[in-house]
Amino acid sequence: MAAVVTRPAEPASDNRGRLSRVLTRGRSLLGVVPFFAFVAVFLAVPTLEVTIGAFTGDDGQPTLSNVGALMNGYIVDAFISSILLSAVTAVLGAVFGALLAYVLVTAKEGGLLRRVVTAASGVLAQFGGVTLAFAFMATIGLPGFVTLFLRDNFGINIYSGGVWLYEMPGLVLVYTYFQIPLMVIVFLPALDGVRPQWREATESLGGSTWQYWRRVAGPLLAPAFLGSTLLLFANAFSAYATAAALVSQGSPIVPLQIRSALTSEVVLGQQNLGKAMALGMVVVVAVVMWLYALLQRRTAKWLG
Amino acid sequence: MAGLATGGLPPRRQGLMRRRARRQRAFRWVVVTVLGVFFLLPLLAMLEFTTRGAGGRLSFDTWRLLFDWGRLRATYPDLSVGITDSAGLVVLTVLLMLVLLVPTVIWVRLRLPRLRRVVEFICLLPLTIPAIVLVVGLAPVYAWVTYFLGGSSLTLTFAYTILVLPYAYRAIDAGLSSIDVRTLAEAARGLGAGWGTVMWRVVLPNIRSAVMSAAFLTVALVLGEFTIASLLNRSNLQVAINLLGKSSAGMSVAVSLAALVLAFVLLMLLSLVGGRRRGIPKENNS
Repeated sequence: MAAVVTRPAEPASDNRGRLSRVLTRGRSLLGVVPFFAFVAVFLAVPTLEVTIGAFTGDDGQPTLSNVGALMNGYIVDAFISSILLSAVTAVLGAVFGALLAYVLVTAKEGGLLRRVVTAASGVLAQFGGVTLAFAFMATIGLPGFVTLFLRDNFGINIYSGGVWLYEMPGLVLVYTYFQIPLMVIVFLPALDGVRPQWREATESLGGSTWQYWRRVAGPLLAPAFLGSTLLLFANAFSAYATAAALVSQGSPIVPLQIRSALTSEVVLGQQNLGKAMALGMVVVVAVVMWLYALLQRRTAKWLG
Repeated sequence: MAGLATGGLPPRRQGLMRRRARRQRAFRWVVVTVLGVFFLLPLLAMLEFTTRGAGGRLSFDTWRLLFDWGRLRATYPDLSVGITDSAGLVVLTVLLMLVLLVPTVIWVRLRLPRLRRVVEFICLLPLTIPAIVLVVGLAPVYAWVTYFLGGSSLTLTFAYTILVLPYAYRAIDAGLSSIDVRTLAEAARGLGAGWGTVMWRVVLPNIRSAVMSAAFLTVALVLGEFTIASLLNRSNLQVAINLLGKSSAGMSVAVSLAALVLAFVLLMLLSLVGGRRRGIPKENNS
Protein backbone atom coordinates (compact mmCIF):
# COMPACT_ATOMS: atom_id res chain seq x y z
CA MET A 1 0.00 0.00 0.00
CA ALA A 2 2.76 2.42 1.01
CA ALA A 3 4.43 1.86 -2.36
CA VAL A 4 1.62 3.72 -4.08
CA VAL A 5 2.64 6.96 -2.45
CA THR A 6 6.38 6.46 -2.55
CA ARG A 7 8.27 6.53 -5.80
CA PRO A 8 7.70 3.58 -8.18
CA ALA A 9 9.49 0.49 -6.88
CA GLU A 10 12.36 -0.86 -8.91
CA PRO A 11 12.46 -4.58 -9.80
CA ALA A 12 12.73 -6.70 -6.66
CA SER A 13 15.73 -8.62 -7.99
CA ASP A 14 17.77 -5.43 -8.17
CA ASN A 15 19.90 -5.08 -5.07
CA ARG A 16 20.06 -1.30 -5.28
CA GLY A 17 16.29 -1.25 -5.47
CA ARG A 18 15.96 -3.27 -2.30
CA LEU A 19 18.44 -1.02 -0.56
CA SER A 20 16.58 2.12 -1.55
CA ARG A 21 13.30 0.60 -0.40
CA VAL A 22 14.82 -0.21 2.96
CA LEU A 23 16.08 3.36 3.14
CA THR A 24 12.65 4.76 2.28
CA ARG A 25 11.13 2.49 4.90
CA GLY A 26 13.69 3.71 7.41
CA ARG A 27 12.99 7.31 6.58
CA SER A 28 9.25 6.69 6.96
CA LEU A 29 9.86 5.28 10.40
CA LEU A 30 11.85 8.39 11.31
CA GLY A 31 8.59 10.34 11.07
CA VAL A 32 7.10 8.59 14.08
CA VAL A 33 10.22 8.73 16.25
CA PRO A 34 9.25 11.88 18.21
CA PHE A 35 5.87 10.43 19.15
CA PHE A 36 7.24 7.07 20.25
CA ALA A 37 10.13 8.69 22.13
CA PHE A 38 7.74 10.96 24.03
CA VAL A 39 5.34 8.15 24.84
CA ALA A 40 8.23 5.95 25.95
CA VAL A 41 9.47 8.51 28.46
CA PHE A 42 6.18 9.78 29.84
CA LEU A 43 3.93 6.72 29.54
CA ALA A 44 6.01 3.54 29.26
CA VAL A 45 8.60 4.48 31.87
CA PRO A 46 6.01 5.43 34.54
CA THR A 47 4.06 2.25 33.87
CA LEU A 48 7.19 0.11 34.15
CA GLU A 49 8.24 2.07 37.22
CA VAL A 50 4.98 1.15 38.94
CA THR A 51 5.04 -2.46 37.78
CA ILE A 52 8.67 -3.14 38.67
CA GLY A 53 8.57 -1.03 41.84
CA ALA A 54 5.64 -3.07 43.12
CA PHE A 55 7.90 -6.13 43.16
CA THR A 56 11.05 -4.42 44.46
CA GLY A 57 12.07 -4.10 48.10
CA ASP A 58 13.74 -1.10 49.74
CA ASP A 59 17.11 -2.73 49.11
CA GLY A 60 16.45 -2.98 45.37
CA GLN A 61 16.01 -6.76 45.51
CA PRO A 62 12.97 -8.40 43.96
CA THR A 63 10.37 -9.27 46.58
CA LEU A 64 6.71 -10.11 46.97
CA SER A 65 6.36 -8.34 50.30
CA ASN A 66 4.80 -5.16 48.82
CA VAL A 67 2.12 -7.12 47.04
CA GLY A 68 1.74 -9.27 50.12
CA ALA A 69 1.20 -6.12 52.19
CA LEU A 70 -1.91 -5.43 50.10
CA MET A 71 -3.56 -8.07 52.26
CA ASN A 72 -3.23 -5.78 55.29
CA GLY A 73 -6.59 -5.05 56.85
CA TYR A 74 -6.67 -1.31 56.16
CA ILE A 75 -5.69 -1.71 52.51
CA VAL A 76 -8.24 -4.46 51.93
CA ASP A 77 -10.84 -2.16 53.54
CA ALA A 78 -9.80 0.68 51.24
CA PHE A 79 -10.17 -1.55 48.17
CA ILE A 80 -13.57 -2.77 49.36
CA SER A 81 -14.78 0.79 49.99
CA SER A 82 -13.45 1.93 46.63
CA ILE A 83 -15.18 -0.92 44.83
CA LEU A 84 -18.44 -0.37 46.73
CA LEU A 85 -18.37 3.38 46.11
CA SER A 86 -17.66 2.83 42.42
CA ALA A 87 -20.34 0.15 42.07
CA VAL A 88 -23.07 2.13 43.84
CA THR A 89 -22.39 5.36 41.95
CA ALA A 90 -22.00 3.45 38.68
CA VAL A 91 -25.46 1.89 39.07
CA LEU A 92 -27.08 5.16 40.21
CA GLY A 93 -25.36 7.06 37.42
CA ALA A 94 -26.26 4.44 34.84
CA VAL A 95 -29.98 4.36 35.71
CA PHE A 96 -30.52 8.13 35.93
CA GLY A 97 -28.12 8.85 33.09
CA ALA A 98 -29.94 6.38 30.83
CA LEU A 99 -33.28 8.04 31.65
CA LEU A 100 -31.87 11.46 30.83
CA ALA A 101 -30.29 10.16 27.62
CA TYR A 102 -33.65 8.67 26.62
CA VAL A 103 -35.31 12.04 27.14
CA LEU A 104 -32.65 13.69 24.96
CA VAL A 105 -33.08 11.14 22.19
CA THR A 106 -36.83 11.63 22.06
CA ALA A 107 -36.38 15.41 22.08
CA LYS A 108 -36.20 17.42 18.90
CA GLU A 109 -33.09 16.63 16.89
CA GLY A 110 -30.41 19.33 16.94
CA GLY A 111 -32.55 21.19 19.48
CA LEU A 112 -31.31 23.45 22.23
CA LEU A 113 -32.10 21.01 25.08
CA ARG A 114 -29.91 18.30 23.63
CA ARG A 115 -27.04 20.63 22.80
CA VAL A 116 -27.01 22.32 26.21
CA VAL A 117 -27.35 19.08 28.18
CA THR A 118 -24.59 17.40 26.16
CA ALA A 119 -22.18 20.30 26.66
CA ALA A 120 -23.04 20.54 30.36
CA SER A 121 -22.57 16.78 30.68
CA GLY A 122 -19.12 17.08 29.15
CA VAL A 123 -18.18 19.71 31.71
CA LEU A 124 -19.54 17.92 34.75
CA ALA A 125 -18.29 14.48 33.73
CA GLN A 126 -14.73 15.37 32.88
CA PHE A 127 -13.97 18.75 34.35
CA GLY A 128 -15.27 17.95 37.80
CA GLY A 129 -12.94 17.12 40.61
CA VAL A 130 -12.19 19.90 43.01
CA THR A 131 -14.78 22.32 41.67
CA LEU A 132 -17.60 19.82 42.26
CA ALA A 133 -16.41 19.21 45.80
CA PHE A 134 -16.69 22.95 46.42
CA ALA A 135 -20.06 23.08 44.72
CA PHE A 136 -21.40 20.61 47.26
CA MET A 137 -19.74 22.37 50.16
CA ALA A 138 -21.60 25.51 49.10
CA THR A 139 -24.82 23.49 48.80
CA ILE A 140 -24.95 21.16 51.76
CA GLY A 141 -21.83 22.02 53.69
CA LEU A 142 -22.38 23.38 57.18
CA PRO A 143 -22.87 26.97 55.93
CA GLY A 144 -24.36 25.69 52.66
CA PHE A 145 -27.40 27.10 50.94
CA VAL A 146 -29.65 24.05 51.30
CA THR A 147 -28.47 23.29 54.84
CA LEU A 148 -29.36 26.80 56.03
CA PHE A 149 -32.59 26.91 54.03
CA LEU A 150 -33.84 23.65 55.55
CA ARG A 151 -32.79 24.67 59.04
CA ASP A 152 -34.30 28.16 58.92
CA ASN A 153 -37.54 27.32 57.15
CA PHE A 154 -38.36 23.79 58.19
CA GLY A 155 -36.22 23.24 61.26
CA ILE A 156 -34.62 20.24 59.63
CA ASN A 157 -31.02 19.51 60.51
CA ILE A 158 -29.56 17.30 57.77
CA TYR A 159 -26.54 16.65 59.93
CA SER A 160 -28.36 15.51 63.06
CA GLY A 161 -26.58 12.17 62.67
CA GLY A 162 -23.16 13.72 62.16
CA VAL A 163 -21.60 15.59 59.24
CA TRP A 164 -21.69 12.98 56.48
CA LEU A 165 -20.65 15.18 53.55
CA TYR A 166 -16.96 14.64 54.21
CA GLU A 167 -17.32 10.88 54.49
CA MET A 168 -18.53 8.02 52.29
CA PRO A 169 -22.17 9.18 51.92
CA GLY A 170 -20.88 12.56 50.74
CA LEU A 171 -18.61 10.85 48.25
CA VAL A 172 -21.54 8.84 46.89
CA LEU A 173 -23.54 12.03 46.39
CA VAL A 174 -20.80 14.00 44.65
CA TYR A 175 -19.65 11.03 42.56
CA THR A 176 -23.22 10.50 41.35
CA TYR A 177 -23.20 14.13 40.30
CA PHE A 178 -20.46 13.44 37.76
CA GLN A 179 -21.45 9.84 36.93
CA ILE A 180 -24.90 10.73 35.54
CA PRO A 181 -23.46 13.15 32.95
CA LEU A 182 -20.83 10.60 31.92
CA MET A 183 -23.59 8.05 31.37
CA VAL A 184 -25.42 10.54 29.17
CA ILE A 185 -22.30 10.97 27.04
CA VAL A 186 -21.46 7.30 26.62
CA PHE A 187 -25.01 5.92 26.36
CA LEU A 188 -26.41 8.49 23.93
CA PRO A 189 -24.77 6.98 20.82
CA ALA A 190 -26.30 3.57 21.61
CA LEU A 191 -29.77 5.06 22.01
CA ASP A 192 -29.30 6.92 18.75
CA GLY A 193 -28.77 3.54 17.11
CA VAL A 194 -32.28 2.35 18.04
CA ARG A 195 -34.46 2.71 14.95
CA PRO A 196 -38.05 3.91 15.22
CA GLN A 197 -38.96 1.23 12.65
CA TRP A 198 -38.37 -1.46 15.27
CA ARG A 199 -41.05 0.03 17.44
CA GLU A 200 -43.40 0.33 14.49
CA ALA A 201 -42.69 -3.28 13.60
CA THR A 202 -43.49 -4.35 17.14
CA GLU A 203 -46.73 -2.41 17.06
CA SER A 204 -47.84 -3.73 13.71
CA LEU A 205 -47.38 -7.23 15.14
CA GLY A 206 -49.63 -6.26 18.05
CA GLY A 207 -46.95 -5.72 20.68
CA SER A 208 -47.50 -3.38 23.60
CA THR A 209 -45.07 -0.77 24.93
CA TRP A 210 -44.06 -3.15 27.70
CA GLN A 211 -43.42 -5.94 25.23
CA TYR A 212 -41.39 -3.60 23.04
CA TRP A 213 -39.06 -2.70 25.91
CA ARG A 214 -38.99 -6.21 27.34
CA ARG A 215 -38.43 -8.12 24.09
CA VAL A 216 -36.90 -5.69 21.58
CA ALA A 217 -35.25 -2.54 22.88
CA GLY A 218 -34.22 -3.98 26.24
CA PRO A 219 -32.14 -6.89 24.93
CA LEU A 220 -30.69 -4.70 22.18
CA LEU A 221 -29.60 -2.01 24.60
CA ALA A 222 -28.49 -4.35 27.37
CA PRO A 223 -24.85 -4.76 26.25
CA ALA A 224 -24.48 -0.99 25.78
CA PHE A 225 -26.06 -0.34 29.17
CA LEU A 226 -23.85 -2.87 30.94
CA GLY A 227 -20.78 -1.63 29.11
CA SER A 228 -21.49 1.96 30.04
CA THR A 229 -22.03 0.93 33.65
CA LEU A 230 -18.60 -0.72 33.63
CA LEU A 231 -17.06 2.43 32.19
CA LEU A 232 -18.70 4.44 34.98
CA PHE A 233 -17.29 2.00 37.49
CA ALA A 234 -13.77 2.47 36.12
CA ASN A 235 -14.28 6.22 36.11
CA ALA A 236 -15.30 6.35 39.77
CA PHE A 237 -12.63 3.88 40.76
CA SER A 238 -9.91 6.05 39.16
CA ALA A 239 -11.22 9.38 40.45
CA TYR A 240 -9.04 11.19 42.92
CA ALA A 241 -9.59 14.94 42.94
CA THR A 242 -13.11 15.01 44.43
CA ALA A 243 -12.20 12.73 47.28
CA ALA A 244 -8.93 14.57 47.91
CA ALA A 245 -10.73 17.91 48.17
CA LEU A 246 -13.61 16.55 50.25
CA VAL A 247 -12.07 14.07 52.67
CA SER A 248 -9.47 15.51 54.98
CA GLN A 249 -9.55 12.93 57.76
CA GLY A 250 -8.43 9.40 57.10
CA SER A 251 -8.10 7.65 53.76
CA PRO A 252 -11.21 5.56 53.20
CA ILE A 253 -10.53 4.77 49.52
CA VAL A 254 -7.51 3.48 47.57
CA PRO A 255 -6.52 6.72 45.78
CA LEU A 256 -6.35 8.46 49.13
CA GLN A 257 -4.28 5.61 50.55
CA ILE A 258 -1.87 6.11 47.66
CA ARG A 259 -1.78 9.82 48.47
CA SER A 260 -0.81 9.15 52.05
CA ALA A 261 1.77 6.59 50.91
CA LEU A 262 3.25 9.22 48.58
CA THR A 263 3.16 12.26 50.84
CA SER A 264 3.78 10.88 54.31
CA GLU A 265 7.26 10.05 55.43
CA VAL A 266 8.14 6.59 54.26
CA VAL A 267 7.41 3.78 56.68
CA LEU A 268 10.44 1.53 56.85
CA GLY A 269 10.19 -1.41 54.49
CA GLN A 270 7.18 0.04 52.70
CA GLN A 271 8.73 2.47 50.25
CA ASN A 272 7.09 0.73 47.35
CA LEU A 273 3.74 -0.02 48.96
CA GLY A 274 2.19 2.89 47.02
CA LYS A 275 3.33 1.26 43.79
CA ALA A 276 1.81 -2.05 44.80
CA MET A 277 -1.52 -0.32 45.50
CA ALA A 278 -1.24 1.51 42.17
CA LEU A 279 -0.67 -1.80 40.43
CA GLY A 280 -3.71 -3.22 42.20
CA MET A 281 -5.79 -0.33 40.85
CA VAL A 282 -4.49 -0.89 37.31
CA VAL A 283 -5.42 -4.57 37.52
CA VAL A 284 -9.00 -3.75 38.59
CA VAL A 285 -9.41 -1.06 35.92
CA ALA A 286 -7.84 -3.25 33.23
CA VAL A 287 -10.24 -6.13 33.95
CA VAL A 288 -13.23 -3.77 33.89
CA MET A 289 -12.10 -2.09 30.68
CA TRP A 290 -11.52 -5.48 29.03
CA LEU A 291 -15.10 -6.49 29.81
CA TYR A 292 -16.20 -3.09 28.54
CA ALA A 293 -14.40 -3.67 25.23
CA LEU A 294 -16.11 -7.07 24.86
CA LEU A 295 -19.55 -5.56 25.43
CA GLN A 296 -18.69 -2.63 23.16
CA ARG A 297 -18.03 -5.02 20.29
CA ARG A 298 -21.45 -6.61 20.81
CA THR A 299 -23.05 -3.15 20.89
CA ALA A 300 -21.32 -2.13 17.66
CA LYS A 301 -22.65 -5.25 15.96
CA TRP A 302 -26.26 -4.65 16.97
CA LEU A 303 -26.61 -0.90 17.11
CA GLY A 304 -23.77 0.34 14.92
CA MET B 1 -45.18 13.27 12.06
CA ALA B 2 -47.37 11.30 14.42
CA GLY B 3 -50.48 12.77 12.82
CA LEU B 4 -49.40 11.67 9.36
CA ALA B 5 -48.53 8.18 10.45
CA THR B 6 -51.78 7.57 12.29
CA GLY B 7 -54.03 9.05 9.63
CA GLY B 8 -55.33 5.73 8.36
CA LEU B 9 -55.72 4.00 11.71
CA PRO B 10 -59.03 3.28 13.43
CA PRO B 11 -60.02 5.90 16.04
CA ARG B 12 -59.32 3.51 18.93
CA ARG B 13 -55.65 3.17 17.92
CA GLN B 14 -55.39 6.93 17.42
CA GLY B 15 -56.59 7.52 20.96
CA LEU B 16 -54.11 4.96 22.22
CA MET B 17 -51.23 6.69 20.49
CA ARG B 18 -52.33 10.10 21.72
CA ARG B 19 -52.52 8.74 25.24
CA ARG B 20 -49.07 7.26 24.90
CA ALA B 21 -47.62 10.50 23.55
CA ARG B 22 -49.15 12.32 26.52
CA ARG B 23 -47.71 9.79 28.94
CA GLN B 24 -44.30 10.09 27.31
CA ARG B 25 -44.42 13.86 27.53
CA ALA B 26 -45.28 13.68 31.23
CA PHE B 27 -42.48 11.20 31.83
CA ARG B 28 -40.00 13.48 30.09
CA TRP B 29 -41.05 16.46 32.15
CA VAL B 30 -40.66 14.51 35.37
CA VAL B 31 -37.15 13.32 34.44
CA VAL B 32 -36.01 16.74 33.24
CA THR B 33 -37.41 18.49 36.30
CA VAL B 34 -36.02 16.09 38.91
CA LEU B 35 -32.56 15.87 37.35
CA GLY B 36 -32.61 19.57 36.51
CA VAL B 37 -33.11 20.41 40.18
CA PHE B 38 -30.39 17.96 41.20
CA PHE B 39 -27.91 19.47 38.76
CA LEU B 40 -28.80 23.15 39.00
CA LEU B 41 -29.17 23.33 42.77
CA PRO B 42 -25.42 23.09 43.53
CA LEU B 43 -24.67 25.68 40.86
CA LEU B 44 -27.30 28.06 42.26
CA ALA B 45 -26.01 27.37 45.74
CA MET B 46 -22.53 28.39 44.58
CA LEU B 47 -23.93 31.63 43.23
CA GLU B 48 -25.82 32.28 46.46
CA PHE B 49 -22.80 31.37 48.56
CA THR B 50 -20.53 33.80 46.73
CA THR B 51 -22.98 36.68 46.81
CA ARG B 52 -23.74 36.35 50.50
CA GLY B 53 -22.92 39.64 52.20
CA ALA B 54 -22.90 40.63 55.83
CA GLY B 55 -26.33 40.65 57.48
CA GLY B 56 -27.90 38.42 54.82
CA ARG B 57 -27.68 41.04 52.10
CA LEU B 58 -26.62 40.54 48.49
CA SER B 59 -22.99 41.43 47.89
CA PHE B 60 -20.90 41.13 44.75
CA ASP B 61 -17.58 41.89 46.45
CA THR B 62 -16.13 38.43 45.78
CA TRP B 63 -16.93 38.64 42.08
CA ARG B 64 -15.64 42.20 41.78
CA LEU B 65 -12.39 41.06 43.35
CA LEU B 66 -12.17 38.03 41.07
CA PHE B 67 -12.35 40.15 37.94
CA ASP B 68 -9.96 42.81 39.22
CA TRP B 69 -6.65 41.20 38.33
CA GLY B 70 -4.37 43.66 40.12
CA ARG B 71 -6.27 43.48 43.41
CA LEU B 72 -6.68 39.68 43.10
CA ARG B 73 -2.95 39.25 42.71
CA ALA B 74 -2.30 41.33 45.79
CA THR B 75 -4.96 39.58 47.90
CA TYR B 76 -4.54 35.96 46.80
CA PRO B 77 -1.05 35.56 45.28
CA ASP B 78 -1.36 31.74 45.18
CA LEU B 79 -4.55 31.95 43.17
CA SER B 80 -3.11 34.36 40.62
CA VAL B 81 -0.04 32.12 40.24
CA GLY B 82 -2.33 29.12 39.74
CA ILE B 83 -4.37 30.94 37.10
CA THR B 84 -1.26 32.05 35.19
CA ASP B 85 0.24 28.57 35.39
CA SER B 86 -2.96 26.98 34.12
CA ALA B 87 -3.16 29.49 31.27
CA GLY B 88 0.44 28.72 30.30
CA LEU B 89 -0.19 24.99 30.57
CA VAL B 90 -3.25 25.25 28.32
CA VAL B 91 -1.23 26.92 25.56
CA LEU B 92 1.79 24.63 25.90
CA THR B 93 -0.25 21.43 26.08
CA VAL B 94 -2.38 22.31 23.06
CA LEU B 95 0.77 23.09 21.07
CA LEU B 96 2.64 19.99 22.19
CA MET B 97 -0.39 17.76 21.56
CA LEU B 98 -0.84 19.17 18.05
CA VAL B 99 2.85 19.01 17.14
CA LEU B 100 3.22 15.49 18.45
CA LEU B 101 -0.05 13.90 17.42
CA VAL B 102 -1.28 15.46 14.18
CA PRO B 103 1.80 14.79 11.99
CA THR B 104 2.22 11.32 13.51
CA VAL B 105 -1.36 10.27 12.88
CA ILE B 106 -1.34 11.62 9.32
CA TRP B 107 2.08 10.08 8.63
CA VAL B 108 1.00 6.69 9.94
CA ARG B 109 -2.09 6.75 7.74
CA LEU B 110 -0.07 7.62 4.64
CA ARG B 111 3.19 5.76 5.02
CA LEU B 112 2.98 3.20 7.83
CA PRO B 113 -0.55 1.79 7.83
CA ARG B 114 0.67 -1.27 9.71
CA LEU B 115 1.52 0.86 12.73
CA ARG B 116 -1.99 2.28 12.95
CA ARG B 117 -3.25 -0.31 15.46
CA VAL B 118 -0.14 0.22 17.59
CA VAL B 119 -0.53 4.00 17.68
CA GLU B 120 -4.23 3.67 18.46
CA PHE B 121 -3.52 1.25 21.30
CA ILE B 122 -0.88 3.55 22.80
CA CYS B 123 -3.11 6.59 22.53
CA LEU B 124 -6.02 4.86 24.27
CA LEU B 125 -3.80 3.34 26.96
CA PRO B 126 -4.04 6.30 29.37
CA LEU B 127 -7.75 5.49 29.75
CA THR B 128 -6.83 2.32 31.68
CA ILE B 129 -4.14 4.01 33.75
CA PRO B 130 -5.74 6.28 36.36
CA ALA B 131 -3.99 9.62 36.88
CA ILE B 132 -3.29 8.67 40.48
CA VAL B 133 -1.37 5.63 39.22
CA LEU B 134 0.43 7.59 36.53
CA VAL B 135 1.63 10.09 39.09
CA VAL B 136 3.21 7.34 41.17
CA GLY B 137 5.33 6.30 38.19
CA LEU B 138 5.90 9.86 37.02
CA ALA B 139 7.59 11.00 40.23
CA PRO B 140 11.04 9.60 39.27
CA VAL B 141 10.65 10.80 35.68
CA TYR B 142 9.91 14.28 36.97
CA ALA B 143 13.02 14.19 39.12
CA TRP B 144 14.90 14.14 35.80
CA VAL B 145 12.63 16.76 34.24
CA THR B 146 13.37 19.05 37.20
CA TYR B 147 17.07 18.34 36.76
CA PHE B 148 17.04 19.35 33.09
CA LEU B 149 14.31 21.98 32.88
CA GLY B 150 13.85 23.23 36.42
CA GLY B 151 10.88 22.84 38.75
CA SER B 152 8.47 25.18 36.96
CA SER B 153 4.80 24.18 37.00
CA LEU B 154 4.81 24.53 33.22
CA THR B 155 6.72 21.25 32.94
CA LEU B 156 3.41 19.54 33.79
CA THR B 157 2.59 19.95 30.12
CA PHE B 158 4.39 16.64 29.38
CA ALA B 159 2.16 14.67 31.73
CA TYR B 160 -0.94 16.50 30.50
CA THR B 161 -0.14 15.67 26.88
CA ILE B 162 -0.24 12.00 27.89
CA LEU B 163 -3.57 12.52 29.67
CA VAL B 164 -5.22 14.13 26.63
CA LEU B 165 -3.94 11.53 24.14
CA PRO B 166 -7.10 9.36 24.12
CA TYR B 167 -9.48 12.26 23.59
CA ALA B 168 -7.28 14.13 21.10
CA TYR B 169 -6.51 10.96 19.17
CA ARG B 170 -10.17 10.03 18.82
CA ALA B 171 -11.07 13.50 17.58
CA ILE B 172 -8.25 13.67 15.03
CA ASP B 173 -8.72 10.08 13.89
CA ALA B 174 -12.43 10.70 13.32
CA GLY B 175 -11.56 13.79 11.28
CA LEU B 176 -9.09 11.86 9.13
CA SER B 177 -11.54 9.00 8.59
CA SER B 178 -14.07 11.39 7.10
CA ILE B 179 -11.74 12.51 4.28
CA ASP B 180 -9.77 10.55 1.71
CA VAL B 181 -6.26 11.34 2.96
CA ARG B 182 -4.48 9.00 0.59
CA THR B 183 -5.98 10.45 -2.60
CA LEU B 184 -5.44 14.00 -1.41
CA ALA B 185 -1.81 13.23 -0.62
CA GLU B 186 -1.25 11.45 -3.93
CA ALA B 187 -2.76 14.33 -5.87
CA ALA B 188 -0.60 16.85 -4.04
CA ARG B 189 2.53 14.70 -4.45
CA GLY B 190 1.76 14.25 -8.12
CA LEU B 191 1.65 18.02 -8.52
CA GLY B 192 5.10 18.22 -6.99
CA ALA B 193 4.33 19.05 -3.35
CA GLY B 194 6.76 17.95 -0.63
CA TRP B 195 5.55 16.08 2.45
CA GLY B 196 5.61 19.29 4.49
CA THR B 197 3.28 20.96 2.03
CA VAL B 198 1.03 17.91 1.94
CA MET B 199 0.57 17.98 5.71
CA TRP B 200 0.43 21.69 6.30
CA ARG B 201 -1.45 22.96 3.24
CA VAL B 202 -3.46 19.96 2.04
CA VAL B 203 -4.43 17.60 4.88
CA LEU B 204 -4.52 20.01 7.83
CA PRO B 205 -7.04 22.47 6.34
CA ASN B 206 -9.33 19.50 5.65
CA ILE B 207 -9.38 18.32 9.25
CA ARG B 208 -9.46 21.78 10.78
CA SER B 209 -12.62 21.17 12.79
CA ALA B 210 -11.30 17.86 14.14
CA VAL B 211 -8.13 19.60 15.23
CA MET B 212 -10.25 22.34 16.80
CA SER B 213 -12.24 19.84 18.82
CA ALA B 214 -9.06 18.09 19.96
CA ALA B 215 -7.76 21.47 21.09
CA PHE B 216 -11.00 22.34 22.95
CA LEU B 217 -10.99 19.00 24.77
CA THR B 218 -7.36 19.59 25.71
CA VAL B 219 -8.18 23.03 27.12
CA ALA B 220 -11.02 21.65 29.23
CA LEU B 221 -8.94 18.76 30.53
CA VAL B 222 -5.95 20.91 31.42
CA LEU B 223 -8.09 23.49 33.21
CA GLY B 224 -9.66 20.72 35.29
CA GLU B 225 -6.56 18.71 36.16
CA PHE B 226 -5.72 18.37 39.84
CA THR B 227 -4.25 14.96 40.66
CA ILE B 228 -0.86 15.19 38.99
CA ALA B 229 -0.21 18.86 39.78
CA SER B 230 -1.11 18.38 43.41
CA LEU B 231 0.93 15.24 44.01
CA LEU B 232 4.00 16.50 42.13
CA ASN B 233 3.84 19.69 44.24
CA ARG B 234 3.30 21.96 41.27
CA SER B 235 0.69 24.71 41.11
CA ASN B 236 -2.26 25.16 38.80
CA LEU B 237 -5.79 26.51 38.95
CA GLN B 238 -7.33 23.49 40.71
CA VAL B 239 -4.51 23.21 43.23
CA ALA B 240 -4.96 26.90 44.01
CA ILE B 241 -8.72 26.49 44.45
CA ASN B 242 -8.19 23.60 46.81
CA LEU B 243 -5.59 25.52 48.81
CA LEU B 244 -7.82 28.58 48.98
CA GLY B 245 -10.72 26.51 50.26
CA LYS B 246 -8.96 26.15 53.58
CA SER B 247 -8.66 29.90 54.17
CA SER B 248 -11.28 31.71 52.08
CA ALA B 249 -14.23 29.55 51.12
CA GLY B 250 -16.16 32.31 49.33
CA MET B 251 -13.40 33.03 46.84
CA SER B 252 -12.64 29.37 46.14
CA VAL B 253 -16.32 28.67 45.43
CA ALA B 254 -16.46 31.72 43.15
CA VAL B 255 -13.41 30.57 41.18
CA SER B 256 -14.88 27.05 40.97
CA LEU B 257 -18.11 28.41 39.52
CA ALA B 258 -16.24 30.66 37.08
CA ALA B 259 -14.11 27.70 35.94
CA LEU B 260 -17.19 25.51 35.43
CA VAL B 261 -18.92 28.22 33.40
CA LEU B 262 -15.78 28.77 31.32
CA ALA B 263 -15.52 25.05 30.58
CA PHE B 264 -19.22 24.97 29.66
CA VAL B 265 -18.79 27.85 27.22
CA LEU B 266 -15.80 26.06 25.67
CA LEU B 267 -17.74 22.83 25.17
CA MET B 268 -20.74 24.74 23.78
CA LEU B 269 -18.38 26.27 21.21
CA LEU B 270 -17.07 22.79 20.52
CA SER B 271 -20.57 21.46 19.89
CA LEU B 272 -21.18 24.33 17.47
CA VAL B 273 -17.94 23.55 15.62
CA GLY B 274 -18.88 19.87 15.58
CA GLY B 275 -22.36 20.72 14.31
CA ARG B 276 -20.86 22.63 11.42
CA ARG B 277 -18.59 19.74 10.55
CA ARG B 278 -21.51 17.36 10.25
CA GLY B 279 -23.31 19.92 8.10
CA ILE B 280 -20.68 20.15 5.38
CA PRO B 281 -21.01 16.75 3.66
CA LYS B 282 -24.76 17.26 3.34
CA GLU B 283 -24.19 20.48 1.42
CA ASN B 284 -21.76 18.71 -0.89
CA ASN B 285 -24.20 15.91 -1.62
CA SER B 286 -27.09 18.08 -2.64
